[in-house]
Amino acid sequence: MKRLFVLLLCLMPLFAYAGEAKDIAADPVLEKRMIGLAEKLRCLVCQNESLASSHAELAEDLRREVREQMSKGKNDQEIIDYLVSKYGDFVLYEPPVKSYTLLLWFGPFALLLVAGGTLFFQLRKRRQSVPEATLTVEAQQRAAALLNNEKDI
Amino acid sequence: MMRFILPFVIFIVLAGFLYVGLNLDPHEVPSPLVGKPAPAFTLPQLHEPSKTFSPQDMKGKVWLLNVWASWCVSCKEEHPILVELARKNIVPVYGLDYKDKRADALATLREGGDPYVMSASDTEGRIGIDYGVYGVPETYVIDKQGIIQYKQIGPITHQNLREKILPLVVELEKKP
Repeated sequence: MKRLFVLLLCLMPLFAYAGEAKDIAADPVLEKRMIGLAEKLRCLVCQNESLASSHAELAEDLRREVREQMSKGKNDQEIIDYLVSKYGDFVLYEPPVKSYTLLLWFGPFALLLVAGGTLFFQLRKRRQSVPEATLTVEAQQRAAALLNNEKDI
Repeated sequence: MMRFILPFVIFIVLAGFLYVGLNLDPHEVPSPLVGKPAPAFTLPQLHEPSKTFSPQDMKGKVWLLNVWASWCVSCKEEHPILVELARKNIVPVYGLDYKDKRADALATLREGGDPYVMSASDTEGRIGIDYGVYGVPETYVIDKQGIIQYKQIGPITHQNLREKILPLVVELEKKP
């Protein structure tokens, strides 16, 4: 009797097993795909957090939406297009190249070009303005003497 | 001379950008839905869940769709303004009760007054996503053709009601 009781007691943890809340995420492949896509999307209520990492309620709803659309067979681009049509480009972490994002995309390169160009021309100008050092015969002899002297030490 | 002017000009430009940046609200996301048809839906009515509401029923009218919830703090701020607007009978206001419990929503309307001709319950927030809702309250001005003409993000204030929403409503009323 006592043994049976101990055995039952040992089996207890098995009954205590609680499954996690099951949603449509039952499919691990789909879940992985969803997370992959959600990393490219911005959570709208939390500044600078991706949809994948956010715990905001809206982010959860949006992840559910992405999941559902995926299980309906939509491809990533279609889902992105859907979200952009509702929330605008802001929902994308990587802004698309458009007329008003040209400065954002190419501004740094333009700055680099300007800075590099300025440096190049400044250096060239300086080289031209610094006169070639011309030494008199006398000075050359003195320099040679000094150099020779140094060798002797 | 140039040595002093150039850094000064760069400083002024930079300061200008930063100053403008200070006054921008990063929470404000421009809605791509303005100018597009209001997404269709059919949802149960808050007061009588056996009946439904669709924006399609509103064709031919200029109306406001106000997204609200009992848990939303800034909605409380906006609520009296909506009640006042409803009393004036200028434009019908319909509510979209977003991710809310029915009992809580009804209690809120009992306490603060009910400015809505009718509210629809979007319990799971799915229609909210269709409308690009990311913060409550949000208000859409929808024209007779069912096109969204304006989206107010955040609570309606006396000022933007007077300066933006009401003039727009008057203008839209004149159109066929």
